[in-house]
Amino acid sequence: MKIVVCVSHVPDTATKVKIGDNGKTIDPKDVTYVVNPYDEFAIEEALKTRDAVGGEVVVISLGTDANKESIRKALAMGADSGILLKSDSYRDSLSVAKALAAEIKNQEAQLVFFGKQSVDYDAGIVGQLTAELLGFNSVSVVVDFKLEGEKITAEREIEGGREVIETSIPCVITAQKGLNEPRYASLKGIMAAKKKTIEDKEAAAAENYTEILTMSKPPAKSPGKILGEDASAVPELVKLLREEAKVI
Amino acid sequence: MDFNHTEEQNLIRETVREFAEKEIKPVAKELDEKAEFSYELTSRMGELGLFGMNISPDYGGQGMDTLSYIIAVEEIARIDGSHAATLAAHNSLGIGPIYYYGTEEQKKEILPKLCTGQGLWAFGLTEPNAGSDSRGTKTSAELKEGNWVINGSKIFITNGATEITLGATVQAVTGVVDGKKEYSTIIVAQETEGFKAIEMHGKMMWRASNTAELFFDNCTVPEENLLGERGHGSRIMLHTLDNGRLSIAAMGLGCAQGAYEAALEYAKQREQFGRPITKFQAISFKLADMATKIELARNLLYKACWLKDNDKPFAKEAAMSKLYCSEIAKEVADAAVQIHGGYGLMKEFDVERFYRDQRLLQIGEGTSEIQRLVISRYIGC
Repeated sequence: MKIVVCVSHVPDTATKVKIGDNGKTIDPKDVTYVVNPYDEFAIEEALKTRDAVGGEVVVISLGTDANKESIRKALAMGADSGILLKSDSYRDSLSVAKALAAEIKNQEAQLVFFGKQSVDYDAGIVGQLTAELLGFNSVSVVVDFKLEGEKITAEREIEGGREVIETSIPCVITAQKGLNEPRYASLKGIMAAKKKTIEDKEAAAAENYTEILTMSKPPAKSPGKILGEDASAVPELVKLLREEAKVI
Repeated sequence: MDFNHTEEQNLIRETVREFAEKEIKPVAKELDEKAEFSYELTSRMGELGLFGMNISPDYGGQGMDTLSYIIAVEEIARIDGSHAATLAAHNSLGIGPIYYYGTEEQKKEILPKLCTGQGLWAFGLTEPNAGSDSRGTKTSAELKEGNWVINGSKIFITNGATEITLGATVQAVTGVVDGKKEYSTIIVAQETEGFKAIEMHGKMMWRASNTAELFFDNCTVPEENLLGERGHGSRIMLHTLDNGRLSIAAMGLGCAQGAYEAALEYAKQREQFGRPITKFQAISFKLADMATKIELARNLLYKACWLKDNDKPFAKEAAMSKLYCSEIAKEVADAAVQIHGGYGLMKEFDVERFYRDQRLLQIGEGTSEIQRLVISRYIGC
């Protein structure tokens, strides 16, 4: 079976992000990019599924040449080949999903894994949009996955418990932390990845339906106030909570 | 000049860093405290492919360049000296000599077992009375009826007495030719009768690594256990040490990097006189000096690796790297403790361990004094 994993190339969560001069994008200078952390669960589940049922894992990433770094990491973890869908301007979630869906259709893949969201824009909908465009079943934010024949059993965490869902391929799964423990790219894997191919393709054109107007940092937290250290400070505290903070 | 790393080198750094932070860091303090060697982590390092990085896949290795290996040692040392020691000693001293000097049969027999993390190999050079003066070796091997009969002892041998140590490469005096001692290297399997490896306790540093004394009492091995040619012992040892110097340098660099990062992080958070102590020149200049020394050390060491990877002479630069990286590890770890103040003296803080671990680096695999001797000879003194 052909399995596709869609991978985003995102700023490392440890990076301090600065907003660019135009106020609409981040300043990419000094930013380290990594594989989107949720996508690592998606890659691992794709590899495990391939190892269990056979077939191949194709990694698809949409973006610029820089994304090849993340594709290469997925190949070093064990994926079979990669495709870079070249696109150098900003795309909203639907536009990304359209380009991905076109390539997934082209690949005739039956099972597609995504991370539940990318930690850059955090929209968390590209997986489901892609499923809808392809007419595939989909289960989102999955913490357990089983494939038997064509039948899929997936579990999701819900308030106070777990939800078990049965569906079948073709299907899109979006991965949540806890689904598995992603493997390290072993040194053998890194050497083997050198020989695997990454194909460059133009991403299918699609218009944006949304536009980012501005980006701004959250307001700086103001320093706390210490009113006193014993019970005599309580009346003043109550007064300020009521009148200044307006929380009681 | 091209300072770029290859895509593989970047991936190796990323993957080894992640491994060290997730798997080693959470247990490093406890293993150090208990002076416990971790078989689990050694096995995991093997699975990752960290053993045999520079040797051909024909023998179970990864066939990577020197710089890739050095980056891996640096990244492990950034988190913990003990595990970097296990890794560096096994690759440079355990696997190295067999790979470079072994017969096809010796290589096929021993190396694959050493690349998995399920078997370790030691290198016996230092003796109680032969440290810097490695020609003072007293351990002897006499050829009798097709066997080497070995007598003597070795000391401070890394990986020598673990449960998974499979043997050691031992330097011994095999005769006297024209009034000069003849040195050879001989392979001794761990279970050989007359060979005993005993773990040494009470170390100040690398407490989670294994250090042993090796004893040979009429230890008898077949003649074909000779590694390389008879009489080539010194040459083999010196070549092995040239390579080993690069990995000790990488341990110094990694140790300095880890201590520096901890100090910078601490200094940003620690407030005195109403502001973070990074805002005081006394502290910020210290950190600036630490960062500069690390940058210098890294450039020197990577250049030595580049020379080796391009088949150019690198022994002088290897000695310089070993000297400089281990010296700045001392300076940086010392400054890191100073920045931490009283907390830097407590085991709860990693810099306390870095401060102890760095102290070996100016002593092991050729003291700083011996490195200066080597360098001074290369520059014509």
